[in-house]
Amino acid sequence: MPGAQVPITIEQLVALNPYNPDILPDLENYVEEQVVTQTYSLDANLCLLRLYQFQPARLDVRIVARMLVKALMALPATDFNLCMFLIPERLQMEEPFLTLATLAHFLETAHFREFWDEANRNRDILEVVPGFEQAIQGYAIHVLSITYQRLPRSILAEAINVEGLSLDKFLEYQVNNNGWTLEKGGQLVVLPANEDNHPVLRKSSADSIPLEHVARLFPVLG
Amino acid sequence: MAYDAGGYGGRDYGGGYDDSYDDRPEFRDGFRDLQPPEPGFDSANYVPDVVKTFVVYMYRHIREKNVYEIHQMYEGSFQKLSERLFKQSNWPAVEMIAPYVDNDHVFCLLYKEMWFRHLYARLQPTIEQRCDSWDNYCNLFQVILHGNVNMQLPNQWLWDMVDEFIYQFQSFCQYRAKLKQKTDHELAFLRQIDEVWNVVGVLNYLQALIEKSMILQILDDEKDGNLTFTATDGYDYQGGTNVLKVLGYFSIVGLLRVHCLLGDYQSGLHALLPIDINQPGVFNTVIGCQITTIYYYGFANLMLRRYLDAIKSFNQVLLYIFKTKQYHQRSSQYDQILKKNEQMYALLAISLSLCPHPKLVDENVNNQLREKYAEKMLRMQHSDEAMFDELFSYACPKFITPAPPNYDEPLVNFNQDAYRLQLKLFLSEVRQQQLLSSIRSFLKLYTTISIAKLASFMDVDEPTLRVALLTYKHKTHVINNDGSVLSNADVDFYVDDDMVHIADTKTTKRFGDYFIRHISKFDEIINDLDRVQLE
Repeated sequence: MPGAQVPITIEQLVALNPYNPDILPDLENYVEEQVVTQTYSLDANLCLLRLYQFQPARLDVRIVARMLVKALMALPATDFNLCMFLIPERLQMEEPFLTLATLAHFLETAHFREFWDEANRNRDILEVVPGFEQAIQGYAIHVLSITYQRLPRSILAEAINVEGLSLDKFLEYQVNNNGWTLEKGGQLVVLPANEDNHPVLRKSSADSIPLEHVARLFPVLG
Repeated sequence: MAYDAGGYGGRDYGGGYDDSYDDRPEFRDGFRDLQPPEPGFDSANYVPDVVKTFVVYMYRHIREKNVYEIHQMYEGSFQKLSERLFKQSNWPAVEMIAPYVDNDHVFCLLYKEMWFRHLYARLQPTIEQRCDSWDNYCNLFQVILHGNVNMQLPNQWLWDMVDEFIYQFQSFCQYRAKLKQKTDHELAFLRQIDEVWNVVGVLNYLQALIEKSMILQILDDEKDGNLTFTATDGYDYQGGTNVLKVLGYFSIVGLLRVHCLLGDYQSGLHALLPIDINQPGVFNTVIGCQITTIYYYGFANLMLRRYLDAIKSFNQVLLYIFKTKQYHQRSSQYDQILKKNEQMYALLAISLSLCPHPKLVDENVNNQLREKYAEKMLRMQHSDEAMFDELFSYACPKFITPAPPNYDEPLVNFNQDAYRLQLKLFLSEVRQQQLLSSIRSFLKLYTTISIAKLASFMDVDEPTLRVALLTYKHKTHVINNDGSVLSNADVDFYVDDDMVHIADTKTTKRFGDYFIRHISKFDEIINDLDRVQLE
């Protein structure tokens, strides 16, 4: 069955025979497949970018653009940067790469309002990849979660680009499923505790001594 | 004389830097022919007696698998003869020495490998010579891959093969990218030789060596404690050959290096995974390999924002070099070691400026670092981009553009393109982290502070500050391959509505270690005193 088995075959190809220009068309198809099935493979995409590096004439701008959108969706991982290291500079000065780089910059520096504004102006690039909006919202929530214990509703709204009734529904879902709570009549969002927004939870290994170090002393002390 | 691999702790740091070279059998007839040849003298067709003796002995030692002797000759005698006879010229052509070694096919390939390496080191190779060297490596690797060699060669030589192979590939890409100074002859030649030093070819040879040697399986088995390969430093004491296995092992490092040169740091680190750099391994047996491994590993981690990994690995190898460099002073590799040493201090300075963690750096390394870069690090901590530019440019690898150019377009030099791209992306990352330094210094002063107050201290408005705090959190958190999140921040905080709470970062003094060290030391002193006999 072609559909279900292709991902496994591609991953095997990338693992076993990555430096083979013949697999380039397979990798290009795989990018399309990732877009359609909302899956993602960094290794396969890097492999394709590498082959493009070896044979620049075969580089397909449309496919690289899709790859970069997928990479943005992988934030907070550094996948977007990894891809950019492999794309020729003069290409990065053209569209759609300039816009994608701007979007990445906004996300990397948590300028969410500017990001959503710019994303709105460039829906054509982004809408071709289903799941984009949700992925970025997930990233925004991740960054907020490692920073805030309690955050004002307005800040959340700006970060995930959701307001009014939609935001109410969104918050209801999070309260019911992900351990969020609300205070001050919904104006303050309380995020679940984790190691990063409750640093005291982090285990401190500052003054613990491994047993083998102390064991060295036993002959002396004994 | 069996080669003494030595225990890991009592390792002979490369050995062979022996003063007694003049006593060596191949020099027993003295250096009669040691007057440097007259200019215009055809050294390619004249074989000095001492060279004849050299190849005869070398050939015999290789046939007898006398690894120690091979190493002495390879590392010592060859350098000495090069220095005295062939300082600015080539060794005799292989056809001239072949009769003295039974025209042995494999020996000739090995001789040519050394011949070309000498050429690249002392002279400028012509384009024809570059092609010939490529052919030689292909032939040599083919022979080894098809399992036809029954030799034991010193790890130093096997590492040098992989190292030089990649170096010549790099050199060719750089050479090809400088189109403007090319003669018509060279351009015509270049058009026809797409397969020579082709990046796909280079990568596939490294991959083939890894696969055919089954080194990945061997290393995997060792994880269960079955240390057959590492325990013997890769040598085969059952009368077999170490060549394919060890070349496969070094090719792992080779892949790391090639990927980094192409800007693909993720794949480079992925390729290195089978080798655990925190455990003693065969990569420690050759100092050049150890340095190369850590240099590229550290650099890749730096580019991936994995600053802690970079700092720890640089610290580890810089300390090693600090303690052992005196043993390598007479090595032909000494200059290279020093150069990489300096570059890694620069990279360490960059890493520490972006991610201050002074406790991770050993005292000796820290002293050296302060000496070289104290002022520059201060400037970098104040986001001086020019300083980042300077250090990065000094310390970064010589990135390459792997694809051949389009010879029909106007001729430009594009040898700097790859470097410029990596520099540009690195600097934009630095720029994104601009505010982090001042956040860090302010946060260190408080246990709690309101957003409003902190914003006014930093001279920015509140929304800007909130965004900067989020950026700080994002940039100081690393996502591991398994998806887990790790913080590398030295100062940590959380925000509660509009108050910033800073986590207690008082440096806890490590009394435990201090006492243990001194208890052991005093115990030693007491034991020594007990042994003293008073007259």
